[in-house]
Parts: sequence; C-alpha cells; structure tokens
Amino acid sequence: MKSLIDIKELTTAEIDELIVVAKDIIANPQKYSEKCKGKKLATLFYEASTRTRLSFEAAMYELGGNVLGFASSDNSSASKGESVADTVRVCSGYADIIAMRHPKEGAPLVASMHSLVPIINAGDGGHNHPTQTLTDLLTINREKGRFDNLTVGLCGDLKFGRTVHSLIGAMARYENVKFVLISPDELKVPGYIKQEILDRNNIEYVETRSLEEAIPELDILYMTRVQRERFFNEEDYLRLKDTYILNMSKLSKAKEDLSILHPLPRVNEISVEIDNDPRACYFEQALNGKYIRMALIMKLLGVE
Amino acid sequence: MMIVNTIKNGVVLDHIQAGGAMEIYKALNLDKLECQVAIIKNADSVKMGKKDILKICEPIDINLDVLGYLAPGVTVSIIEDSKVVQRKHIEPPEKIVGIIKCTNPRCITSIEQELPNIFKLTDRENLVYRCIYCESKCKKHGDIK
Repeated sequence: MKSLIDIKELTTAEIDELIVVAKDIIANPQKYSEKCKGKKLATLFYEASTRTRLSFEAAMYELGGNVLGFASSDNSSASKGESVADTVRVCSGYADIIAMRHPKEGAPLVASMHSLVPIINAGDGGHNHPTQTLTDLLTINREKGRFDNLTVGLCGDLKFGRTVHSLIGAMARYENVKFVLISPDELKVPGYIKQEILDRNNIEYVETRSLEEAIPELDILYMTRVQRERFFNEEDYLRLKDTYILNMSKLSKAKEDLSILHPLPRVNEISVEIDNDPRACYFEQALNGKYIRMALIMKLLGVE
Repeated sequence: MMIVNTIKNGVVLDHIQAGGAMEIYKALNLDKLECQVAIIKNADSVKMGKKDILKICEPIDINLDVLGYLAPGVTVSIIEDSKVVQRKHIEPPEKIVGIIKCTNPRCITSIEQELPNIFKLTDRENLVYRCIYCESKCKKHGDIK
C-alpha cells in the first residue's frame, strides 16, 4: 500500500505516467467513469479548502466512486482531542483511500504510518502539497508539451510559498530548466532551497526584484500572492504589495507563448483584465487539478 | 602533567573535542551515577591538539545514538580488569529517536506529544538532522530532551 506525502517520493517516470493517464482522462472521460465504482474516498480536511477538497471529491465522483469525510476540524473528533493516528485508524476502516489536509506539518505522514489504506497529503501547513505540484506539472506539460528547456519565473512570496518550493524541486530534475526568482528581498527563496536544490544540482537561476525586467525571457510565469501577515511592519507591506501585480502593461513585454500559472486563490496580484488573455492558464490549472487527482487516486488504488 | 589513574572496570570516552566533555556528561546523565567519573579537559593530543576525556569507573551502557549525535568521532573503550576489551569509533547515527525534540511550533509533534521525536541525518558532511515529520533542521545540541 503506497501513499503520497511528498512530491519527492515520485520519480520523474511515475510523474510522466500520471500525466499520460490524466491526459487520457481529459480526452476520454467516459472510459474512466466507472473505474472506481464501489470505492470510497475519505476527505479528512482539518482546515478550510475550496479547490483541493472539491477537486478531490469531484475526481472520485467522476471515477464512479463515493466520498465521505469532514471539511473542518470543528466537525471531527479532533475537536474532542482525538489524535491523527486514532482518527486515521478508524477512517481507514470506512474508506479505500484518504485525502488529508491538516494545519500541522507532518500530520499526513503520521496518518500514513497508521492507516490501512493509502493516504494522499492534501496540504500540511506550509510544508508539502504534492497534488498542487502535480497540478502545476500537468498544466506546464499541457501548455508546453515538455518539462525541459524552459525558463520558469516564480513571482511574489517565494519565502513562505510551499507550492513554489515544491515546484522548484520538481522542475529542477529536468534538463536545462532555468529559474528566475522574482520577489522583494523580504520574501526571497530560502537559502536552503538554493543550496540543497539549485546549487547542489548546478541549476541556473537568477534573483531579481523586477517583474517587468524579468518577464520578456520567461516561458512560464508562476504568480503567488504577497500576504500582509508575512511582513513585520505595515509600511513594508504597503510599499511592496502592488509591486508584483501582473497587468496588461507588464504582460505586453512578455512572449506570445508565455503561460501564466497561479495556485489560487488570487487577490489582486493578477489583474482581472488578464483573465481573457490566451496566456492566462490559472483557471485551466485548477481544472487540471481534478484530472491529475483522478489519475493519482487510480494509481494508489491499483486501478488500471 | 596531571595524572588520572587508569580504571579497572568501566568506560573511557576519548577524543572528545576540547570543551565538549561537560555537554556529553550532562546528555548521558553521568551526573546521576554513584561511581567516580573523571572529566579531563584540554588533555594534549597528537591528532587533535587538545581534547577532552571522560573516564567512568563502572561498566555502564552508553547511549551511542546520543553520543554519535553530539560528538561523532569519539572513541569508546570498554575496560575490564584494567584491559581494553572493546574499542569503537562512534559515527553519527542515521536516525535518532526520542533524543532531541522538534522545536518547530508548526510541527505535528507540537500538539501530539505522544508521537516519537524522530530525526534523520540528511547531510552527513555538515551533520544536519531533520525532523521526519516537518523536515525542520534541528538546532544542534539545543533541542536535547
């Protein structure tokens, strides 16, 4: 029985395999509509989520399976003090596979140590969110048809953004990928990511504060939200909050085939005027999340 | 030169980095022993220049994981009838369980106290240990339970 806790557990061959299945699901949804008939997915969500939980549930329904679970810790025995291990021991008797989101880092790993069924980490605090990374990879693959020979710009909060760290780790495994890290000094990619992933593997990267200067060379632009709570003082936040708003003026300098991704939710970092531009992929990306989760559920359940 | 008698039965921890003996003394709970314990600081060493030595005049079980985490490279000699019957160079352990505590407030171990604290050696060159749950780097020596 295999779980998915961290994207690093998947080889590039396994990721490729998931992407092939996800693309086939997109092309032939009917073929997959009863693949998980009689199977149940438990969504154990200890904190709020819109896209992740609903896309997991939609994924299981579209595979012909059923869903049970809870959408906040208030509605579970966690509010009575039950441990993750106990909850999972119980729920793994009710379901064939479990997707878990938890505010504490490592909770899904604990779950996987005590579960009788596969666990999918649906986000553990600021730590891992492997299905978001798979979603990002499927989107990049569908847009570009490849993972190698790409210049990937990551913009906004690169310090705390778990999706950014995982995506760097996943993309760094492919040939000739260059990263352009666009952020204020306060929100730069942490040193350990640069040392342990980029420097150790001789990956080319540049750090810059200017989105406008960086945008012309990018093939992918991965936008993230600059969050008020990340700043020590309001003055810095106000100074920086609008620096990384992607609008038509900045986009006019970009390549015609740029792909703009965002893990969502968006606040104001991508101007709504961009939404109808063919380079905007973020809503497609959210939809891709459902397809890659379908492929993952099938893989972990051993459904061909 | 100061003379510290050889021991008849017991354990000698040699090649401790100069200044490191007290930390090992505390971490191995040697202060709780009834027997004689000699802490030798700044002894001359051909290899190390200066070194610390601990001599314990009683055969005791040493927690080698604690020792390997705190002071890799230390030599442990078991003495019986004034002879060295076993000598071991201590390597950093691959995994340490229940010795150091994760201090990351966002880690699951911060709210589920009964979970075992487990750290894995992720960088042998720089002796970096990370919590298996949240992957936080342990602050060397600061987090000993």
